[in-house]
Amino acid sequence: MLNKFLSSLLLTLFISIVYADEATPLATDPVLEQRLISISEEMRCLVCQNESLSGSRSELAQDLRREIRDLIRQGKTDAEIRTFMVDRYGDFILYRPPVKPTTWLLWIGPFVLMIAGITALLMYLRRRNSQVSSIALSDDENKRIDALLRDDK
Amino acid sequence: MIPEIGHFALILALCVSIIQGVLPLIGAQQGRREWLVLARPATQISFLLLAISFGVLAWCFYVNDFSVLYVAEHSNSQLPTVYRLGAVWGGHEGSLLLWIFLLTGWAFAVAQLSKTLDEFMVARVLGVLGLVATGLLLFVLGTSNPFERLIPAAQDGRSLNPLLQDPGLVFHPPMLYMGYVGFSVAFAFAIASLLSGRLDAAWARWSRPWTTTAWIFLTLGIALGSWWAYYELGWGGWWFWDPVENASFMPWLIGTALIHSLVVTEKRGGFKNWTVLLAIMAFSMSLLGTFLVRSGVLTSVHAFATDPRRGIFILLLLSLVVGSSLFLYALRAPKSTLGGKFSLLSRETLILLGNVFFVVAAGSVLLGTLYPLLIDALNLGKISVGPPYFNAVFVPIMVPVLFLMAVGPWASWKTTDLKTLLKRLWLAAVVAFVAAIIIPSLIGEFTILTALGFLLAFWVIASGVLQIIRQCKVGMPTRSFIGMQLGHMGIAVFVIGVTMVGAYQEEKDVRMAPGDTVTVGGYQIRLMGVGPAQGPNYQAMRGTFELMRNGKVQELMYPEKRNYDSSTMPMTEAAIDAGLTRDIYVSLGEPLEGNAWAVRVYYKPFVDWIWGGCLLMALGGLFAVLDKRYRLRVKK
Amino acid sequence: MKAKFIIPLLLFVVLVGFLAVGLSRDPREVPSPLINKPAPAFKVPQLADPNKSFSPEDLKGQVWVLNVWASWCVACREEHPMLVELGKSQVAPLIGLDYKDKRADAMEMLARQGNPYNLSAMDNDGRVGINYGVYGVPETYVIDKAGIIRFKQIGPITKDVLDKSIYPIIAQLNKA
Repeated sequence: MLNKFLSSLLLTLFISIVYADEATPLATDPVLEQRLISISEEMRCLVCQNESLSGSRSELAQDLRREIRDLIRQGKTDAEIRTFMVDRYGDFILYRPPVKPTTWLLWIGPFVLMIAGITALLMYLRRRNSQVSSIALSDDENKRIDALLRDDK
Repeated sequence: MIPEIGHFALILALCVSIIQGVLPLIGAQQGRREWLVLARPATQISFLLLAISFGVLAWCFYVNDFSVLYVAEHSNSQLPTVYRLGAVWGGHEGSLLLWIFLLTGWAFAVAQLSKTLDEFMVARVLGVLGLVATGLLLFVLGTSNPFERLIPAAQDGRSLNPLLQDPGLVFHPPMLYMGYVGFSVAFAFAIASLLSGRLDAAWARWSRPWTTTAWIFLTLGIALGSWWAYYELGWGGWWFWDPVENASFMPWLIGTALIHSLVVTEKRGGFKNWTVLLAIMAFSMSLLGTFLVRSGVLTSVHAFATDPRRGIFILLLLSLVVGSSLFLYALRAPKSTLGGKFSLLSRETLILLGNVFFVVAAGSVLLGTLYPLLIDALNLGKISVGPPYFNAVFVPIMVPVLFLMAVGPWASWKTTDLKTLLKRLWLAAVVAFVAAIIIPSLIGEFTILTALGFLLAFWVIASGVLQIIRQCKVGMPTRSFIGMQLGHMGIAVFVIGVTMVGAYQEEKDVRMAPGDTVTVGGYQIRLMGVGPAQGPNYQAMRGTFELMRNGKVQELMYPEKRNYDSSTMPMTEAAIDAGLTRDIYVSLGEPLEGNAWAVRVYYKPFVDWIWGGCLLMALGGLFAVLDKRYRLRVKK
Repeated sequence: MKAKFIIPLLLFVVLVGFLAVGLSRDPREVPSPLINKPAPAFKVPQLADPNKSFSPEDLKGQVWVLNVWASWCVACREEHPMLVELGKSQVAPLIGLDYKDKRADAMEMLARQGNPYNLSAMDNDGRVGINYGVYGVPETYVIDKAGIIRFKQIGPITKDVLDKSIYPIIAQLNKA
């Protein structure tokens, strides 16, 4: 009896060593966890000095991640979860600033800058060429300059 | 006694800087030679005094002099020697001293290497640098004296934040500051020309190597910071668009525009006003960055301990320096002459267009960084602007830049015709499209963003290779040419790294007991065990992991969870197996029941290409600086 | 001088203006979006007698003050004297919300330092705190007769805050 017991114990031990497990994911539901990460990555950890909610190890961050998991399980959409957070903590918690009148300048700004820059450039080039053509150089001078430029690469 | 020497040296340096700043500038204005010639010796003495001061502070750290408040706050007798020295710039006061020390160092270099430069110019350049140094010395002596005493002296210091106890600390700030501070030289040259009323190509020729050198250091400094964050912070990210990161990136963007603009001003005499404005902007960005980091105006992981008095002072300094420069610019710029003519399609235009994009990029980063402040100041609420915004905005702006990078070098000066360009570039376009379609499909998921990344990267690489082939047929390429190729290739390599890691990295968060294996990226990682380990000033739990591929053990990895004597928060020290085509990253989490541990593993393909690309860029800059014509100049 | 060359200077002046204002702001303070909104409902056990519960409903019709505190919170000890004063003044019921705390530690602290509250309720898992937008203790809310949050103090209550904000608001809301 004892022998049988001991040998089956040894066998189990042996098997568990040889066939060591592929590690189990920490999260009970990896799909849910993925969604949690993508949502919380775009949120601020409010008690940290600029870290995302997804990575922070602070207690509040853990609590808020727990809330988000619950909301995901309840079937809420990403937008609803964001609204949940914003209702309690304001827009400050979102790393992606919402598009509203106060942030129009922010979102449109770069695009406007780009257009303004290119327009200014074109205007400058047009004006410049008309100005410079009045200071025309002779053919000879031009040839000398080109030669100098080639040497001086 | 010794700390007082350091303090006294600073006070003397202030006096000398005032002389260096004021007299040569007035002298140049009024033609007083006796005052002009004071510039060089004043600069030399200034540098010597700062070297003494800095040396004294370093000495205080080395010998553990805890009667100095700054040492007591940032060091500790158990701290390994190398970190005791790094701690010199681990806090606000010391890093500011490093700033000024490097400023006087750059000024010294200019003084020594400008023997062939017109003495009025030298006087003005050194004078401007002297004024900047004066402002900073007043700041240090007034609000941030590193030599303040702690009476009675502490038994032992508070020690350095464990996050900073890393080789990264030893190199990152000095490199970064060499870059920031280095732009002051371009700035000084720009102001000097505005003051003299002579804005010509000679000024651009003089500024170029100094500006490029500063740019090299800034590139390396930023890359080091990014790499350090990657391996130290334990979450595998390499850029967070944190305000302080942005504060270093904006000068880099303007600086890159500046080095390209200087090329045109030097060769063709064009863009003088624009280049001067860029030079002023680059250094202004450095000063603005200094303000943002030390004033408490923005939240950041990097922010130094803040004091509103300091914020006000730096803002005043910033206003004076930049305000007066821009005022001088408004007065003098209209008077400069135009350069040569060039048509709408020419190398000049393409470079200028690239400039526009870089400035727009810098402006966008500035907008995003300061927007929360703007909204708060107008009482319109509180918002956050983080990575989602910056990524959404920055990437589209950089796409045209990458496009231009491959086209610009093929365009001739003055004018170039479209047919020729197309003839040169069609092959590169084909290679780019093929790569964009094939590579993502082979590796895994095909997405538009991934394809775009490869398209642009291979567009630049293919164009560069074709340029090199063409050049070699004609003759030996100049160092300038090599520099340009390396610089542009560097960006392409960087883009490949970013694209690969962004699209194909794998992450697993698992529970592991000894004997368990986790598979990631085609590798198996097996936990052998976790046991205690001891460091000079910490206790740790160290895991031993086997990294295997196809059943064969390649490497052993030892991630740690450290508890430093000086801190209550445990620190994660990830284990990274770096390779040319991938990093495997293993990080120990919390201990779990049953002898198991929470473990996080990453497979990061081509991540080192990110910093490799930066290295290539810096190398390119080095070749450009070492171009023969600068050598010749010095010999004459 | 040509007009366009002065644009950089003008832009810079505007920038400095904003930075100067920014120096007087705290970038980490999170203002509450719950001001002028109904106080979120909850029902939690009381600290003194866990068999009894507390809910904001219980105080409908009165102006009252909700103070979020914990025994492990250092700043809470700083504001304790102010809470005592507020409690003694009897202008409004003072309810404590013991946040993520152990009952034994909380009781001990109140015994040692004095109990300024009419009663304290326990928020063991922090859920109520989250619904109220709590991110760092102590935080204090003034709630009106209809159950609407009218004021939030982030951080310890100082004499200044008490005199300049809390008493006046309570007085104003009591008149309504």
